[in-house]
Amino acid sequence: MATDVQRSGTGPSMQPQKPFSRTVEAIPPSGIRKFFDLAQSMQGVISLGVGEPDFPTPWSAREAAIHALEHGATTYTSNSGLLALREAIVDDLADRYRVRYRAEDECLITSGVSEGLDLTLRALLNPGDEVIVPEPCYVAYQPCVAFAGGIPVPVALDPGDAYRLDPAIIGAAITENTKAILFGSPSNPTGSAQSAGDLDALAALAREHDLWLLSDEIYDRLTYHGVHTPVAASAPERTVTLGGFSKSYAMTGWRVGYVCAPEPLAQLMHRIHQYTMLCAPHMSQIAALEAMRTAQDDVDEMVADYDRRRRLFSKGLDELGLTCPVPGGAFYVFPSIASTGMTSEEFAEGLLTQEKVAVVPGNVFGPSGEGHVRCSYATALPQLEQALERIARFIGS
Amino acid sequence: MREILTVLESDAHASAERIATLTGIDEATVREHIAAWEASGVIRRYKAVVDWDRYGDERVTAFVDVTVAPERGRGFDDVAERIARFREIRAVHLVSGAQDLRVEVEGASMKEVADFVAQKLSGIDRVTATSTHFLLRRYKDDGQLLTDPEPDQRLSVTP
Repeated sequence: MATDVQRSGTGPSMQPQKPFSRTVEAIPPSGIRKFFDLAQSMQGVISLGVGEPDFPTPWSAREAAIHALEHGATTYTSNSGLLALREAIVDDLADRYRVRYRAEDECLITSGVSEGLDLTLRALLNPGDEVIVPEPCYVAYQPCVAFAGGIPVPVALDPGDAYRLDPAIIGAAITENTKAILFGSPSNPTGSAQSAGDLDALAALAREHDLWLLSDEIYDRLTYHGVHTPVAASAPERTVTLGGFSKSYAMTGWRVGYVCAPEPLAQLMHRIHQYTMLCAPHMSQIAALEAMRTAQDDVDEMVADYDRRRRLFSKGLDELGLTCPVPGGAFYVFPSIASTGMTSEEFAEGLLTQEKVAVVPGNVFGPSGEGHVRCSYATALPQLEQALERIARFIGS
Repeated sequence: MREILTVLESDAHASAERIATLTGIDEATVREHIAAWEASGVIRRYKAVVDWDRYGDERVTAFVDVTVAPERGRGFDDVAERIARFREIRAVHLVSGAQDLRVEVEGASMKEVADFVAQKLSGIDRVTATSTHFLLRRYKDDGQLLTDPEPDQRLSVTP
């Protein structure tokens, strides 16, 4: 940092000497960062590396937020969030999940699932508690467990078994210190959606060992093979349902989500939330409520569009020898690149520098993601087709 | 099967093979359905959505509200069909409200449209009044926004 202004106390002897948080320093920065920097520095990149919808937020929600701002929705809301929004959420979950939460004390509006997950882990964990994290998984799961003083226990899922949450694999990792199992279905990065049978078995396992099930439901509306099965339906008394608007309603930038959990745990989360976040953004809560009320057709159209791209893109990859199970949800495919003989990083870096297509190497989502790359199809069809051509050229070279 | 029509509606060019890929329905079935729909009139025709302004071809459109004295036993059908047959007429709808028919007229110039309304449309039997609104600018047409698309503001790689 070049500056002519000498700040007070910048001499070497005045630098703070005491160490930073060892917990935080021990966590490496996300491996995604490197590819972001590289992709940002290039022109004409087709990005399949984006973990957010390419649709804008449905206009009815945006318009409602504009109206709300004009009429003064610029204040705090109650810590729990707008009651009307909580009521809409618990009604929706009763309808879709067949689980009835109480809007008054079992539902909390958060700043996205990210905050909800942080609250959950902090309210739940004591030092030394283990949380089983099946991987490959979303990059934040393990760091968040560690930030909350817990010990993440990664468990490798089998790509040959479509990254199924096999209760036998999970069961083998359980110790007397295990407190919870943390997972998302449909999954980022694999796009796999878990079956009702496996989730039932997982719930039985959780009951047997007295474990919590922390269920990231952010992609719950983006499923392509029939209705979504939430684990909360199998074991509501020990499930934390983390949901949000970012992916299904294309509302990533609004930072609004929710957490629903049995009352005693929900109240502890509320305690952290009231001292840290206070409340989710007021105008975002209004937009989310409007989205729930009026944007269902928009969601249906987006899902239908993702579905078409999913078919086209996974078929295209398959024809190139980059095999992947057709994903059941979210907007990711996670093909194997074994046929190229490259590592995930070599493939992603080569593809970006030679052909200007950005994908995310699978190993950033956990060691068992090695040999795969994550491609997001939240990109218009013509670009996906062009990306397939470029990938073909890259593999051929 | 509805999916096939959804794809065709946004891309009339789509081949049966492409539709099969996008919908997961096998290609032979796609062909069969399209042929059947063409025969039965579910698919009326295949069209391109042309922005004539952008091409440089100036056309004038007017929406005309038409008041009609309905005919005993036939209602508005007879008059509506009579109006619809003119080449200059793009669309004819029976609507609720103060007027009866709302029609869309297209011509090469304002004079051409005005002449048509004055000499042809208002002269039709049972047409008792017309009210003409010239189109000044299209913002959305056929479900398609014609304003500039919003730029993609997403970062290129995100978790």
